[in-house]
Formats: sequence, C-alpha cells, structure tokens
Amino acid sequence: MAKRFLFGLVAIALVVGAAYSSLLIAPEERTMGALYRIFFLHVSCAWAGLTAFSICFAANLLYVWKRKEKYDGLGVACAEVGLAFTTVVLITGPIWAKPAWGIYWTWDARLTSTFILWLLYISYLLLRTLVEEADRRALLSALFGIFAFIDVPIVFGAIRWWRTQHPAPVIMGGANSGLDTAMRPTFWLAVLAMHVFMAFLIVERYGLERMRGEVEMLRQEAEG
Amino acid sequence: MMPLLSNATAIFGKEVRTEFRSRELLSSTIVFVLIVVVLFSFTLDTNSNESRRFAPGLLWLAFLFASSLMMQPCFLRERTNDTLSALRSSVSDTFAIFLAKIAANALFLLLTELLMLPVFAVMFNVSFVAQFPGILLTFFVGSLGIATAGTAVAAISTQARMRELLLPVLLLPLLAPILVASTEVTVGLMSPDPFMQWKGIGFLAVFDVVFLTALWLFGEYLLEE
Repeated sequence: MAKRFLFGLVAIALVVGAAYSSLLIAPEERTMGALYRIFFLHVSCAWAGLTAFSICFAANLLYVWKRKEKYDGLGVACAEVGLAFTTVVLITGPIWAKPAWGIYWTWDARLTSTFILWLLYISYLLLRTLVEEADRRALLSALFGIFAFIDVPIVFGAIRWWRTQHPAPVIMGGANSGLDTAMRPTFWLAVLAMHVFMAFLIVERYGLERMRGEVEMLRQEAEG
Repeated sequence: MMPLLSNATAIFGKEVRTEFRSRELLSSTIVFVLIVVVLFSFTLDTNSNESRRFAPGLLWLAFLFASSLMMQPCFLRERTNDTLSALRSSVSDTFAIFLAKIAANALFLLLTELLMLPVFAVMFNVSFVAQFPGILLTFFVGSLGIATAGTAVAAISTQARMRELLLPVLLLPLLAPILVASTEVTVGLMSPDPFMQWKGIGFLAVFDVVFLTALWLFGEYLLEE
C-alpha cells in the first residue's frame, strides 16, 4: 500500500514538474511563440499511449499462449490507459492545430491512423462487455487485440501513401529536423513523466481488475 | 499440405451448395447494395464529371457495408445448428475451415460486386468495360482481404451478445486500409485516361497475406469450445 502511494506521488510530481518546465522553462518557439508549448503534452501522451497499446499487444499474445488470468487483466488495464492517453492526444491535437494550421482537423496519416487506433481499442473494450463467460471474454478480446494491433501499421501505410500531405516528422525525422537543444530536457522530462504516470495508472487498473475477478469468483462460490 | 487443401475444398463445396440451394445471402446482399447505391445518388450530383472521382469510393463503401452483413451467417449457422464441433473434428487442421469459409465469402462478395458493377456504372455515369481485367483483379484482391478479416471477426462476434451490431463495429475499422487502397486503384481505372496502380494491388495483397497468416497462427483459438 505504502509502495503504491509512493509510486503515485512520484508520478504526479513528475507530471507537475514536466508541466512547469514546458510552460515556464522551455524557450519560446520562433514561429509559434508560446503556442507550441502544448507540444510537450501532446507528443508525450501520444508516445505513452502507444507504449500502453504495445504492452497490451504483448499481454494479448501472452494470454493466448499461457492462458493466465493475469495477462487478461494486464491487457484490459493497458487498453483503457492507452485509450485515455490517446483521447488526450485527439483533444490536444485540434486545440493546437486550429491556431497553427487554421483548421481543427485534417485527414493526414498520423491523425487518421490515431483516430482508427482509438476506434479499434474502443471496439476491443466494447467486445469485452458483450461476452459473459470470463475465459471466453479473455480469449476473444486477446485475439481481437492482436488483429487490431497488426492492422494499425497497415492503416498508417495506406493513408500515408494515398491520402496525405503530412508535415515531416520532427523527432527522429530527416537530417534537418529535430528539436532545439534548449527544448530537449523539457521534452524528455515530459516523456518520462507521462510514461511513469501511465505505468502508475496501469498498475492501479490492473489491481482493480484482479480484485474484480476475485469478487466475481467469490460471488459464484457463494451462489454455488 | 494436401489434407489441408482437400479438407478445405470439401468444406468450400458444402458452403457453396448450402448457399446456392436458397441463394438467400446473395439475393439479400444484392438488394442491400442496390439500395445503398440509390441512396448515395440522392446525396450527390451524379451528372458532374466529379462523379468519376467519388463514385469508386461509394462503390467500395457499399461493398464494405454489404460484407459486414454477408459475413454474419458463416459461423452463426454452425453454432445454431450445433455443427461446429462436428466440423472441427472432421478436419486435421482448423485452418482448413477458415480457408473454406474465406474462399466462400470472397466468392459470394465477388459475385455481388460483379453483378452490381454494370448497374453502378450506368447510374453514376462511369465506364469500366475497357478496364475490366484491372477492375476484376482489384475486386479479387480487395474481396479476399475483406473476406479474410470478415471471417475472423465473424468467428469472434458469433460468440458474443448483440452480434449483429458487434460485427460491423469490430470489422469496419479493421478494413480501413482496404477501403483506401481499393478506392484509389479503382479511381485510377475509371478516370478519363485510365491507369493501373500496381502499388495499390501490391498493398492489398500484403493486407491479404498478413491477415491470412494471422488466421493461420491464431485461427484455432477462435473456434475453441
């Protein structure tokens, strides 16, 4: 209990630190001024969301392979947390895009595939609510999670090839891309903070899912 | 390899015979596509030259919607008639069941598409005759992808509540890449100076191979009792 409390405290402290750094410490951007500061929240949440979905994919594979209930719990915890972070991305994106590009939304590869990723994991959670039996629910949702995860790169490829005039990637892009060195510490702090916060949420949600499983088992025994 | 193929062929024959005895699936899907195409035409100006640009997208959208209805019965029938376990024990590899159902679904979808193509061409004022081989190829690789993902998702949704609603909700986002790629290829083929986008055909083929491989690896778990 004390360990979890400490973990939560560290996660929140990191998020607060990252927010302070991105709002007050990081330098102004040349063309966008203070507007770009949402970038730190937007990109770090996007990365944390993708990490959560990747862990979800691993948990899905492990469930199909090992059939341990804990992997099902991990899968649903990661899917929900990843969905929460992706929701933040989908909300902060348009807030940033309106003043920067003049429009809230454009059907660019990253935007569209993020949106489809979001829809696929909503379907994943929806599927879970519609299967009664616990083992079957775990297996079917794990399999759908696997299909959904392998679909996302294909979606991205399709839209990037045919339907986009996207801006070049800033991080890990070509030779002339990249962040100003003065912005880097803030950026990596934000990424770290969001990942720690994500891990904290997953641990909490996982604990909740295990508890729910136990309650269900006890209820069945009592009714038995 | 050989027993897999002979098992799959036998089940494929069963699927096709069952369908052609009643032709229920084909006839209702064709009526559905027809209705969708007519309703689309009310929402857009079909006389403009623009129709060459948007018509193929509408056509594929209609096929996608139709497929989410068409894939419903392929496992549901086995479950309601309690024939799934018999089917499972009759084959050495459950992938044969999937291969057969995918082939049958792809065939039914392709038949619907081919019957709808002339109607569609007349209603939306596009020509297809000169480019027919290319269109046929696009329909084939596109339908194979739709049928593969659709059969997999149908195996999932039949085991859940509200399955009629669940199947499109699970399937349509998965099919987004097919819609993008096949629309682009068809737009090229139906444009005033038609051209073939082999890149798009290759892309669709990659989708087909990826989902067939995923089903080959994980299919048996989908049919666990």
